[in-house]
Amino acid sequence: MIVAERKPIDEIIGFVKNCKKILLVGCNECVTVCYAGGKKEVGVLASALKMAFMKEGKELEITEVTLERQCDHEYLEEIRNIIDQYEAVISLACGVGVQFLAEKYLTTPVFPGLNTSFMGVTEESGVWTERCQGCGQCILGQTAGICPISRCAKRILNGPCGGSTDGKCEINKELDCAWQLIIDRLKELGRLEDYEELIPIKDWSTERAGGPRKIVREDLKS
Amino acid sequence: MNTKTPSRLEKILAAGHLAVTSECGPPRGSNGDAITKKAEMIKDYVDAINITDNQTSVTRLCSLASVIHLKLMGLDPVLQMVTRDRNRIALQSDILGAASFDIYNILCLSGDHQSFGDNPQGQNVFDLDSMQLIQTVRYMRDEGKFLGGGDDIDRPPQMFVGAAANPFADPFEIRVPRLAKKIAAGVEFIQTQCIYNLEKFELWMKMARDRGLHEKVYILAGVTPFKSAGMAKYMKKRVPGMDVPDEVVERMSGVPKEKQPEEGINICVESIQRLKEVEGVRGFHIMAIEWEEKVPEIVERSGLYPRPKIE
Amino acid sequence: MMVSFQKGADGVYVVGCLEGECHFLTGNLRARKRVEYAKKLLDEIGVGGERLEMYNIAASDGPRFAEVAREMHEKIKALGPNPIKGATLNKKAA
Repeated sequence: MIVAERKPIDEIIGFVKNCKKILLVGCNECVTVCYAGGKKEVGVLASALKMAFMKEGKELEITEVTLERQCDHEYLEEIRNIIDQYEAVISLACGVGVQFLAEKYLTTPVFPGLNTSFMGVTEESGVWTERCQGCGQCILGQTAGICPISRCAKRILNGPCGGSTDGKCEINKELDCAWQLIIDRLKELGRLEDYEELIPIKDWSTERAGGPRKIVREDLKS
Repeated sequence: MNTKTPSRLEKILAAGHLAVTSECGPPRGSNGDAITKKAEMIKDYVDAINITDNQTSVTRLCSLASVIHLKLMGLDPVLQMVTRDRNRIALQSDILGAASFDIYNILCLSGDHQSFGDNPQGQNVFDLDSMQLIQTVRYMRDEGKFLGGGDDIDRPPQMFVGAAANPFADPFEIRVPRLAKKIAAGVEFIQTQCIYNLEKFELWMKMARDRGLHEKVYILAGVTPFKSAGMAKYMKKRVPGMDVPDEVVERMSGVPKEKQPEEGINICVESIQRLKEVEGVRGFHIMAIEWEEKVPEIVERSGLYPRPKIE
Repeated sequence: MMVSFQKGADGVYVVGCLEGECHFLTGNLRARKRVEYAKKLLDEIGVGGERLEMYNIAASDGPRFAEVAREMHEKIKALGPNPIKGATLNKKAA
């Protein structure tokens, strides 16, 4: 899922410091799972913002709404009837949702309440780590199910580099060396000889480098 | 063995001599003298001089310009090229730039992560990795074509292709397969990470010999003299992929401070003497970082002076 | 916890069982972490995390409960009213 975390409170306060009435919109999907922008987080943030304003002798009226998702038209439409009542919207969706909301409601300023980071997993309660960078040409079949593009700091396709130490990456002792993981997995699969196969130069044109991406399924278009 | 390039280093190795290379780090500024002066000090004692490429991600005068300075002095430099900072267009372009000045040696590296250097907030590129860069140089040289289009290159580069190897990085079990992989990618010479754990290196060499790899690539053993016990401790603890045995640190610490540099050189020379006896070691890469003035002494005391004359 | 302060509470304390004796096994441990999180948030908005505390008390320990109640009361008295009220009061006065 997409993993994000709440922006620092004073940054969020800064977005709406001159407002009196705002809409705070959460999302029930990824950001709920990573405890950043779901219904509970909306509640906590609303309370914190109100108190921050009260402390300055000001008042901030906040309406709290949590949509199923903010990346689909139908859910964003649900606020169409009310949005004009507000001076601004803070969206606690990931960057995708914030943008989609902003695209729909052109005359209301929309601010992001989160910093969106990566596509990842819940390794354990409270710990999320990156797994995929959306390169558009998945090579997981060749690397025993471990991605060197998202998990190697240098995205080396024929690793490890000379800095791998004790199974950890040279940039951070707590970061697993992706290539150590790949080698260990190849061993468990009895495929260590595959290690010597050279992975060729990658076509990065399907990645961010190639420009903003689009996928179309003609059979699904109305 | 036949040579494929006009590289002096290749010729010396092909003739069966032990080669000696060293390296210079460019300055943090635009003063070309800083490189030429260092090169002056060591030029008669080595067969080729490497110029590092923004080593440890610290911005310096670029390797390409530096090797040109050396070439203009009449020397045969080794262009070190990392893939951290340049995409395949710039890499091929810089290779041609070097080739236009008849630079005949290249060392293909991935490069230290930028978080180590002076601009940790910068982007990194890693369009290619070091193995793919090796393949690219060989392709440009031997097929005479550009990547991508497959267009012909007008006056292809004639570069002797090298790479680094680190027998001391983890995991040890794939360090020799990794060497094999680089050879399959087309590497022609290897410079290893500096060696302090001679036993481990000898084991790595044995494993390489068992696969016949020592006959497919020229392996140059890397050495670096310690200037002080502090340096030995620092390298042991703080430098990734470095193996400094306790005995070596103790030997450095066991000597009074003013005698430590001398002891560091002693250890270095003794290592070279021992490594000369290892089958498959075809030369030495002496990395005397910020201590280039000691290279002549090390080369002489190791019995590697004068350097063979080759035409 | 946040809404309590928002509604004007000068202090809030959460009481859980002694660690290791929670009926729900780890409920009190998780509660403590949430209390710590809320304390930090209260600091960030300038209300003051010291107004929020968590105590672990055995359910049967009446005397300790009373002691804590007194302690918290003294502490909050010393801190004064919740700053969000202060600003509004001043405004009204002005």
